[in-house]
Amino acid sequence: MYVAVKGGEKAIDNAHRLMAEERRGDPATPNLGLDQIMGQLGLAVDRVMTEGSIHDRELAALAIKQAQGDLVEAIFLLRAYRTTLLRFGSSEPLDTAAMAIRRRISAAFKDLPGGQVLGPTYDYTHRLLDFALAEGNQPEPAVSASEPLEPDMPRVADVLGHEGLIERNPPAAEDPPGDLTRQPLTLPAGRDLRLQNLARGDEGFLLALAYSGQRGYGNTHPFAGEIRMGDVAVEFVPEELGFAIEIGEITVTECQMINQFKGSKDMPPQFTRGYGLTFGKGERKAMAMALVDRSLRAGELGEDADNPAQDEEFVLAHSDNVEASGFVQHLKLPHYVDFQSELELIRRLRAVHSIPESAE
Amino acid sequence: MTTVQGYNFAYLDEQTKRMIRRAILKAVAIPGYQVPFGSREMPLPYGWGTGGIQVTAAVIGPDDRLKVIDQGADDTTNAVSIRRFFARTAGVATTERTAEATVIQTRHRIPETPLREGQILVYQVPIPEPLRWLEPRETETRKMHALADYGAMHVKLYEDIARFGRIATTYDYPVLVNGRYLMRPSPIPKFDNPKMHMNPALQLFGAGREKRIYAVPPYTDVKSLDFEDHPFEVQTWDQACALCGSSDSFLDEVVTDDKGGRMYVCSDTDHCADRQQRREAAE
Repeated sequence: MYVAVKGGEKAIDNAHRLMAEERRGDPATPNLGLDQIMGQLGLAVDRVMTEGSIHDRELAALAIKQAQGDLVEAIFLLRAYRTTLLRFGSSEPLDTAAMAIRRRISAAFKDLPGGQVLGPTYDYTHRLLDFALAEGNQPEPAVSASEPLEPDMPRVADVLGHEGLIERNPPAAEDPPGDLTRQPLTLPAGRDLRLQNLARGDEGFLLALAYSGQRGYGNTHPFAGEIRMGDVAVEFVPEELGFAIEIGEITVTECQMINQFKGSKDMPPQFTRGYGLTFGKGERKAMAMALVDRSLRAGELGEDADNPAQDEEFVLAHSDNVEASGFVQHLKLPHYVDFQSELELIRRLRAVHSIPESAE
Repeated sequence: MTTVQGYNFAYLDEQTKRMIRRAILKAVAIPGYQVPFGSREMPLPYGWGTGGIQVTAAVIGPDDRLKVIDQGADDTTNAVSIRRFFARTAGVATTERTAEATVIQTRHRIPETPLREGQILVYQVPIPEPLRWLEPRETETRKMHALADYGAMHVKLYEDIARFGRIATTYDYPVLVNGRYLMRPSPIPKFDNPKMHMNPALQLFGAGREKRIYAVPPYTDVKSLDFEDHPFEVQTWDQACALCGSSDSFLDEVVTDDKGGRMYVCSDTDHCADRQQRREAAE
């Protein structure tokens, strides 16, 4: 006799216990500490903070631990926590020109005020597995420069701006920037919402889109005008004080792409900008974001917009990995009723169709 | 009732609930119209009922009695998970009985037991836009709704008839609400569509990922699209439910062996259990 499936509640509890056990791994090995994740898996922490839209290394490390290193799941955990937090207000815009530089490179100029600063990077490493690292060897100490960096490190885009060769940034809007996490996106989106969407967007998705633009699906002719990484002050104006106070310092990576533009009937030929910014060290993401930002400006600049990376609605609607992951995986949920409906239809259609029997 | 520490009643903060209630009021005022709302990121995945959960959280009170079903059943895993979410965060009473519930959150079904005035049916909606498969762009479909330009949907249904001799849409079957807005009833089987028409209960639809809320107020005209010579029809079965003998409810096909063995049972577990009890009592 058939008995309807029962006991979902118990099964769920047990499944979660099993997962917690697997997450812990061999109990004979030391438990992974959040300080270890923050210190030794720092780039994972940076990515989770960026796409999780919250700057908190400890929470990001906890999310990574809880998600067993599945970064998309960790981003989801952090986002779900973020929604419950109160909003006190918006900070002042970050002044990245005043950044305490740890890395700064330009692919457009050989030398420039402040110079090229390679900083900590995987670039130019030979990707050979380091078996000494597996042994737990301590790294050689890095040598400090004999002189400090020049205090004045103008942004490359500002250098070009003096000559009028690159479009000016539009003046700051009067209204506070929009917030996708509070208001639904309406299209066409302003650049504030677009940049917020891209900053939260999945690194892999943006990387592929940026790559598609480079391969001819909407060529943006980009140069990496400047990539800079370092620490910037976050300032906030409390209402009761009426002036800005520094509430902390965060590490960010900023990328300014410089793109060819042949001009339109309203604008002379000039370079145009694409912008990318991430928390922590996120160079790949910042560059991809800057390329996609510029691609999405095709409409505004009067260029053809026939490719996916130039299609605002397509890009903005599909960039979020928490949304995408949830909806793709919802197919795991039962669909018995819909499937039953389709079965019934297919049987009916086949009955009237008199499909020839397949050869025996 | 004990609830989870550190969270507001029913998880969402009161400001967010107010924002959602405003969207609901607007949705009720314009039946079938999709109201954009500031959908929040929930601690459950998108596509797993975040829209329905937010609507339920906005309308539920401490005196409510909540029922949650998925595929018509109270004991499917996601229904269990959502029911526990509200039991934990709101401490509300829950029930599996349709008649006893004041708020029913559902995925893919409308209960067989007729609803009554005062009850609220909350649908989880994956894709709220009925024209989405015909036109992927939101900017376009909003225009089509504004102009009540629904020709594309009629052409689609006509093409089905031309190709298959019948309309080949079996669930999420498009309806016209109050003679004005084309609406997606969420992926309920078309079997359930007639239950929406002139229903005494308030029907609310929440799409969290797509950030839309829409509604069918009580006693509202809901018409499934059709043609004079191809009137709307619902699924029928040759069998009755193997457990309760019901011949007028939606049946799930259960595979009993690998030799083609099948049996049919009610998808609505409360309806089925109720009928079985009554039958036993009568015997």
